Amino acid sequence: MPDNGSTPAKAATADGLAAAQATKRQRVRLLIRAAGMLPVLLLLCGGFHYLSDGRFFTGQNLGIVLQQAAVNTVLAAGMTFVILTGGIDLSVGSILAASAMAGLTISKLPELGALWLPVAVLTGLGFGVINGALIALLRLPPFIVTLGSLTAVRGLARLLGADTTVFNPSIPYAFIGNGSLTLVPGVASIPWLSVIALLVILVSWLVLRRTVLGVHIYAVGGNESAARLAGIKVWAVLIFVYGVSGMLAGLGGGMQAARLYAANGLQLGQSYELDAITAVILGGTSFVGGIGSIWGTLVGALIIAVLSNGLILTGVSDIWQYVIKGLVIIGAVALDRYRLQGSART
Amino acid sequence: MNDPILEMRGVSKSFFGIKALRAVDLTVYAGEIHALMGENGAGKSTLMKILSGAYRPDPGGEIRIEGKPARIEGPLGGRAAGISIIYQELSLAPNLSVAENIYLGREVSRSGLLARGTMREGVGPILQRLGADFLPSTLVAHLSMGQRQLVEIARALHTRSKILIMDEPTTALSAGESERLFALIRQLRAEGLAIIYISHRMDEVYALGDRVTVLRDGRLVGSLDKQDIRADAIVRMMVGRDVSSFYKKDHDPEAGKGHPVLTAIDMADGHRVKGCSLTVHAGEVVGLAGLIGAGRTELAHLIVGAAPKISGRLELEGQPIDIRTPGEALEAGIAYLTEDRKALGLFLDMSCLDNINLAVLGRDARLGWFLDRDKARERADRAFAGLSIRAANVGVPAGGLSGGNQQKVLLSRLLAIAPKVLILDEPTRGVDVGAKSEIYSIIDNLAKAGTAILVISSDLPEIIGICDRVIVMRSGHIAGEVRRTETAPLTQEDIMALATGTEHLDA
Repeated sequence: MPDNGSTPAKAATADGLAAAQATKRQRVRLLIRAAGMLPVLLLLCGGFHYLSDGRFFTGQNLGIVLQQAAVNTVLAAGMTFVILTGGIDLSVGSILAASAMAGLTISKLPELGALWLPVAVLTGLGFGVINGALIALLRLPPFIVTLGSLTAVRGLARLLGADTTVFNPSIPYAFIGNGSLTLVPGVASIPWLSVIALLVILVSWLVLRRTVLGVHIYAVGGNESAARLAGIKVWAVLIFVYGVSGMLAGLGGGMQAARLYAANGLQLGQSYELDAITAVILGGTSFVGGIGSIWGTLVGALIIAVLSNGLILTGVSDIWQYVIKGLVIIGAVALDRYRLQGSART
Repeated sequence: MNDPILEMRGVSKSFFGIKALRAVDLTVYAGEIHALMGENGAGKSTLMKILSGAYRPDPGGEIRIEGKPARIEGPLGGRAAGISIIYQELSLAPNLSVAENIYLGREVSRSGLLARGTMREGVGPILQRLGADFLPSTLVAHLSMGQRQLVEIARALHTRSKILIMDEPTTALSAGESERLFALIRQLRAEGLAIIYISHRMDEVYALGDRVTVLRDGRLVGSLDKQDIRADAIVRMMVGRDVSSFYKKDHDPEAGKGHPVLTAIDMADGHRVKGCSLTVHAGEVVGLAGLIGAGRTELAHLIVGAAPKISGRLELEGQPIDIRTPGEALEAGIAYLTEDRKALGLFLDMSCLDNINLAVLGRDARLGWFLDRDKARERADRAFAGLSIRAANVGVPAGGLSGGNQQKVLLSRLLAIAPKVLILDEPTRGVDVGAKSEIYSIIDNLAKAGTAILVISSDLPEIIGICDRVIVMRSGHIAGEVRRTETAPLTQEDIMALATGTEHLDA
């Protein structure tokens, strides 16, 4: 190896100083990037609290917000895996409906009823793996494949219940849909749906940041050709991420079914994919892949939930809620672009 | 001599307090080829961007064009002042025709409709003058890199530029194409253009330069006139110290003789590679030379399983081995350094640490899945120290590093698997002089340690400087081999003769 011992000491200290400065700048930049949309979320919370005369920061309301964010958080976590590879999954809403239908149907069978939740999750996983196989093995564009399954799986969801609403008032584990986990008796509790969502986020973080597979996911999104040449099994990574997205959509279906004691193949999960994608984008994950974090996605999902909740609290009409939400999304991402541009110079 | 066409006096540029350019003077005359040299980061591209109008210089300096003070502002400012730049990465739209590209931004229209015919006729004479062998209506996507360069030059001439700046124009060209480009550059000089020629390659500067100006750390080091241009002088000016042995070759090729590590037999892909066989021994550095398009990179891709082969087999240390993917090659201990590190090698957004560890993550993992972050950190630190990679820390994104350091990061990834065979495709392309010399010494040390190394390079002095023998390819075949002997060194002439197919003419 080249001998570096002869470098003059003066140059070495100058180098060290410059390096220390660069490290500091790097850290500040990382902090800004990590904080991402968190200031926006906090501003929204504070603003709504003020506008609603102090009705936002109450234990009850925060519980509602967390519960409303739960299903979208789970879908968005799966979507984060997909978008990190540079793909997209438009079919999560339909998969959620089909999984809920499959789960509810099983839950009504006396001897298999308790298995309804695993069945819902596995149904989602199955559809996700099919998406992934079509994308990875036949090399079809993700947008096209999942656009197709958006429609096809919606049809299957309707078939599963013979196009009716399936009810099961005595569905096992109904508590996950409506119960809460008591943290401090009588003072603090957290809805089970939110507990599940948080667990999903934690496991996603673990996979993305602490496993070999996680690095491979970022690598495939960052540079697919380089990943292939570096010996990464790109096809396996792609099947995995679409599988995860499908599986989490299945879990989301189970969460909805437990909450509603019912599912309708036509209505359930309509346009959920849009909210999930929005959460991921708000969270700062790059649409071309390779850059992003699961914590950003959590913040993104919370922003969406806080917006809906806050606009209702402040009495904004349903129609204007759409307009405002849309504008906030565009504004937030524009802000993000601007912020990153300022720090992009190296 | 006549009056200078371009005069820069005391031009500086700083970014956020960091001086990228310090009071640089540059004088260029009409009808001269002025070579501009310097390591990466020396300030060449900053200087160029000031002339193109992309950057505005700090107040205090002065730029005169044909004796008149010039203000170059905005992306079109340079062109308006008569300066055209041909960038390393060409800036043509491949989906448009040659004529449309030349007229880009200045389209001719008749009552609101595009006048394609007029535009084609307008570029005809220029293309003819440049000796182009394609039509104005040809799509740029169908042109070779050399032909695309012609289109860029035609665009510059079409805007009546008086100063033409070329940034490493031969990077993507074959030897033949480069020769044609040189002839053209000389013709343009004769027609009275001033040409600023930026290059890392000494032979090009020898061949073309009327004068050489060297920059280092944003400062002007000095200029040399034609009669004073010598490689050692330029290198000393560029790096600020003597480079006693630029190419390093201390390893003993005889040491590994008789122990073939990689043997490829009759490799073919049906297009570019037509039945090639070669052997690389332990502790040996073998060059793979040839013109661009001869099939060298394609052959390397076949060996490591990056492209499907229609025939051929491999032996590793005498044992037949079947390799279908780059992953299998890495597992077997055959590592390939791509010629295109940005597109096919590095993950620019990922940290150096991840880039270095990528190939061994699975091997190092705990329970088969979980990253061993301590081990990864240690490996990255070792690579930074061992290969003197210069970056703030191992956590910075690889995309922020200079070309030479990026190359060393990529090389570290391959070395992490402790390869038996290392195939290096253009290992010093786009790398500054200092890092080049370091990479040569890394290669030399690996050979000493017994690694079998195959170096693909278009830089003949480099191949001659570091290789023990050179295999030459020509249009998909192995054309022959040139060996270094006690009495006869490797020569560029022998290699070029094989590469171009003129080896029998001398006999």
